[in-house]
Amino acid sequence: MQRDQNKDIIAGGNTLDPHSWVSKYADYLYTYAVTRINDEDQARDLVQETFLAALEKAGTFEGRSTERTWLTAILKFKVIDVYRKNSSAFAKRANLSDAEQEHQDFFDAVDGHWNDQHRPKELGIERPDALENKEFQRILQLCMKKLPVLWLSVFTMKHMDDESTETICNTLKVSASNFWVIIHRAKVNLRACLQKNWI
Amino acid sequence: MNGLKKIAYNCRKATFLIEKQQIGRITLREKLELRIHLMGCSICKTFQQQSIIINQMVRNFFHSAGQAERKLDDKFKQELQKSIDDKLR
Repeated sequence: MQRDQNKDIIAGGNTLDPHSWVSKYADYLYTYAVTRINDEDQARDLVQETFLAALEKAGTFEGRSTERTWLTAILKFKVIDVYRKNSSAFAKRANLSDAEQEHQDFFDAVDGHWNDQHRPKELGIERPDALENKEFQRILQLCMKKLPVLWLSVFTMKHMDDESTETICNTLKVSASNFWVIIHRAKVNLRACLQKNWI
Repeated sequence: MNGLKKIAYNCRKATFLIEKQQIGRITLREKLELRIHLMGCSICKTFQQQSIIINQMVRNFFHSAGQAERKLDDKFKQELQKSIDDKLR
């Protein structure tokens, strides 16, 4: 009957082995966090918090997912929490239209044409083989860091984690119409930053 | 000015629709408006191509198996494992 000792954590086939968590998953979880929040210290803290939260919740692990998937899900909630906090701070500091005005005006206010200095130019990245270009990837990541925090949260949740528009709006407390404004402005800014830094 | 004519000359609106179309739905009318605009505006056509590549690249960053893994330093990891082990006692 000694095997029953661990019965609760092997019910679904997968087991938890906290003694090996750090060596197996710490780098993976850190990578997950740092690519989503772009802040190394905060990412480290989140990894630590994830393991500690996981220990406390170990009793609820049913073994239906792998250890890694389960830990990643815990971390994901923490990342979204960061987005939520950041964006509510952002909302307090300035409303969306102010933030937009801080940004350069890409289009003519009257007729909506591209203003001359902001016109997209061909950068040689218009074909799918640009996807393999490491330098382009590096610049894109740098440019993402420059986006206002709420915009980056919206952009990341959409493109990285494929969250539904409804989930993003609810989580970050933005209206549906502001969501589309943010998606649009974020891309226009991101693309302009690429053009500026890509030679 | 009717709607069609407006979009035909409006790059702000066209780029908005380009973004919306990629991750959501635009109406038939909007599709038509956008198509007309893109026929006459090579600048927005370039924007569209680049925008599509950017979205794909962002997705690839985080989904491709070959992405570069970032490493935590060993000292931090040792302390972290120790604090986990302590709690298990």
